[in-house]
Amino acid sequence: MRHWLAALALVATGLLFGCSGSAENWHGKDISGLMPPLEFELTDTDGESMTPEASRGSIRLLYFGFTSCPDVCPTTLTSLRQSIHKLPEKYRDDITTLFVSVDPQRDTPERLESYVRFFGDQVVGLTGSEKDLRDLTKRYRTTFGYDKPDASGNYNVSHSSAVYVFDRGGEARLLLRPGLTTQQIGDDLEKLASES
Amino acid sequence: MPDFGFLAPYDYSPLTILAFMLVLAGYGYALLNMKQQARPGSLRIVIFVTGVLLCYGVMQTRFDYYSQYMFFVHRGQHLILHHLGPFLIALSNPLPVFRFWHQRMGPSLLHWLSPLGWAYRILQQPALAAFLFVGLIYFWLWPSIHFDAMLSRPLYWTMNWSMLLDGLLFWWLIFDPRSPVTTTALGYGKRILMLALVAVPQMILGAWIVFSRGMVYDVYEVCGRAWPLAPETDQLLGGLLTWIPPAMMSVIAILIVLRRAMHEDGKFVKSRSKAPSMAGENAS
Repeated sequence: MRHWLAALALVATGLLFGCSGSAENWHGKDISGLMPPLEFELTDTDGESMTPEASRGSIRLLYFGFTSCPDVCPTTLTSLRQSIHKLPEKYRDDITTLFVSVDPQRDTPERLESYVRFFGDQVVGLTGSEKDLRDLTKRYRTTFGYDKPDASGNYNVSHSSAVYVFDRGGEARLLLRPGLTTQQIGDDLEKLASES
Repeated sequence: MPDFGFLAPYDYSPLTILAFMLVLAGYGYALLNMKQQARPGSLRIVIFVTGVLLCYGVMQTRFDYYSQYMFFVHRGQHLILHHLGPFLIALSNPLPVFRFWHQRMGPSLLHWLSPLGWAYRILQQPALAAFLFVGLIYFWLWPSIHFDAMLSRPLYWTMNWSMLLDGLLFWWLIFDPRSPVTTTALGYGKRILMLALVAVPQMILGAWIVFSRGMVYDVYEVCGRAWPLAPETDQLLGGLLTWIPPAMMSVIAILIVLRRAMHEDGKFVKSRSKAPSMAGENAS
């Protein structure tokens, strides 16, 4: 019974979060309080270990994908680049995109490097062991999976289609679902960047 | 060597494991130490343990992983947590075990636990119990709330535990083994009425999910599915699991309660007509 009361209290808190979210009017989904702050230890495109400390103080856009991704990943990364490009100049350098490849088998640091370069300077390519990637995706309540390889060894990878947005302090703030326009993403990022 | 990795929890919850261990240990200890004539038969024990293990299985094995990333598996999880598991547990009639532990609790402990007793009596008002039973299903399936619950670990656990506890309360009210003639247990007519009442909104909700053209629950789309299943198929299967099995369980429960009512029909008539005040003596 005590569980029950605790449960009710938690539900009430959840509702409060929901309410404050809709009051703020983001285009993305407000996930403040729903998810833990940004934390990872992955390998960057130089083969060095990287943590969120490296991009501390900037707004982080976390996105899971893979470089052989036929449509979703390039589309998302392009729309993020365009949204950032629309921001007032003072904010543009404050946004870091973290592209985490969940296909470490094929995505070597070199391959990842040339891929992320294509989408701008502020995109960081990251990957890690499958276990590290499983832990990170689990932390953000998402998953990934591999299809069976075809005759030429190509395979598809299922992954989250949303972008997780963390504020300068590393707190989870927004979830950008597919279907948002670059203008809407830009508005949200500007609003977030203008917070002190 | 068979692979037992499936049995390992996806999202390890020490509190959940502790709760299930306490329940099984408490049940087992009571069985070994209670009077022979009060002890449930082996079939009832098997039904009870099956119910408990089913609930544990969907919460603390790999099944939970699929529940988080597939809508229809999630519906299957709640079917077990809110319906099948508690249904079996209540049907196994663990009343002798409750009595055993109640007798062993000291008066001061009982005093401290009395607020729980009040809460229990309030929650077991038939109208409130039926409202909660359906209300929780609707609450957690409300698209925006469902989205949050699948994104937030604390909310996810709250959801699953609230479903399990509410399921236990509801099915215990329905399958309360005490006769309404001789005790204050809920009358059979009211139990049947509740079962029919809760079935209708569940069927409406399930049918609504099945026949929705668009994606009602896009969180599974956003967070990646456990394997590449067409979203429409996932939603359709989930809707069917919300619609048909719960309705069937209401029907089965109605049959069980009816059978019990018919069984008792002739039993108390004579004693009641002769001396109403003596009816309580049949309670044992």
